[in-house]
Amino acid sequence: MSGGGEAGEVGPTLDRDTVLAALEDVKDPEIPVVSVVDLGIVQSIEIEERAVRVTITPTFSGCPALDVMRAEIRDRVLELGADSVEVVVALDPPWSSDRITPEARVRMAEIGIAPPPPASRFTADLMLDFVGPEIEAEVQCPFCGSAHTRLESAFGPTICRSLHYCEACLQPFERFKSL
Amino acid sequence: MNASAAIDRHEMEGADGVHGAGDAVRDAAAAVEIDVLATSARDALARYVLAIADDAMLIGHRDSEWTGLGPILEEDIAFSSMAQDEIGHALVLYGLLHEHFGAPDPDDQAFLRDAPDWRNTVLCELPRMDYAYSLIRRALYDLGAAMRYEALTASAWPALASAATKLAQEKKYHLIHDRAFIGRLGRATEESHDRLQRALDTTFAHALAMWEPVEGESELVEAQIVPASAALQQRWLDRICTFLVASGLTPPAHHDGAADAWVADVAPADVGGRKGIHSEHLVQLLDAMQGMYRSEPGVNW
Repeated sequence: MSGGGEAGEVGPTLDRDTVLAALEDVKDPEIPVVSVVDLGIVQSIEIEERAVRVTITPTFSGCPALDVMRAEIRDRVLELGADSVEVVVALDPPWSSDRITPEARVRMAEIGIAPPPPASRFTADLMLDFVGPEIEAEVQCPFCGSAHTRLESAFGPTICRSLHYCEACLQPFERFKSL
Repeated sequence: MNASAAIDRHEMEGADGVHGAGDAVRDAAAAVEIDVLATSARDALARYVLAIADDAMLIGHRDSEWTGLGPILEEDIAFSSMAQDEIGHALVLYGLLHEHFGAPDPDDQAFLRDAPDWRNTVLCELPRMDYAYSLIRRALYDLGAAMRYEALTASAWPALASAATKLAQEKKYHLIHDRAFIGRLGRATEESHDRLQRALDTTFAHALAMWEPVEGESELVEAQIVPASAALQQRWLDRICTFLVASGLTPPAHHDGAADAWVADVAPADVGGRKGIHSEHLVQLLDAMQGMYRSEPGVNW
């Protein structure tokens, strides 16, 4: 039910859009300018009476921030007046970095994290691909915009980020990995 | 795009996912739910999932031993991150066993089982040794696991296919890592080459044992739930040997020109992990890994 007056006896209206807007307040603890909605980890919101079920999917399976986000989602929806909140983790469909919203990509770049390029399909033949340039070498520096950058390490300060170096402005920077 | 549109888009993508790496083959293999399987096939499937979960958990633990000790900061971080990935993969796979086979929750599976109950291949429990050894082991295992997950995206059991789709994608950065470091160090200096070569000579036979099938695998292959280990081993051997040679290293194997296939010159070492036969190193590993959890059941840290 999405109707309801402003001062309904059972609390404010609890509909999908209200829940979604509230989830914008739940940030990725590792990238605080990006919400769980921006990241694209919220797969569905189901509301029955005042019971809410939110289904999320992990970015990386080993992401230690998942439990934190799960707890914060639960708390935030409870604040809306839900009687019960269930936060379910599902793997299907798997998360992709392509789900990160354009607005969030801009905010990531503003804090020095280059956004991910379009995700490429995985194949184990990657291991044998010596002929091409370094994988995904075309990374734009978030500070000066130059594409004259190189991959320093496939692993950065969190499992979702890699380390790069800009040859133009001589700055190291991070990039959110494509997945 | 506003938030609401983002969610709508995700919901519309539905069960086929964004990448759908296994879609083509999944269409070919009709979906099988495990409650229709014979008891023997169900048991074999649980053994199979446990085996690959245990591989990931233990190589993850071993590589976590590099945290704070890596030869350079980037490699300290890389091994720590890959360890974190592996433990995440184990969590997903233990989760399948918990949800579909009535196994205990993932923490209890990892922290309350004694050595004879582990089904990992011995390769994954051996000590980390030096950096060259850990790096070579990573590459041999990463390519094997990546190929296994890639093949499992076509599993007739949908839950396994979707888990494998996720895990295969995450292997991408491991392969980029291994390729970059072995490709460079294999040809950098005489010392770096020799260290990698020595590591390869001692690890290769253990890596071959990774393809030991679990009991009852043929029934699962028949049902198109898992790929045949022998066929996967050959494809892995062809790729890994090509990679190693391109990196300036000499695998203990030769190329059979007539068959256009690589043939190992050594026999698999310490086969039996899939049946619970392990080295003494597993006991030491479990003491370290499980000590905290066992001393304070249910503790959070």
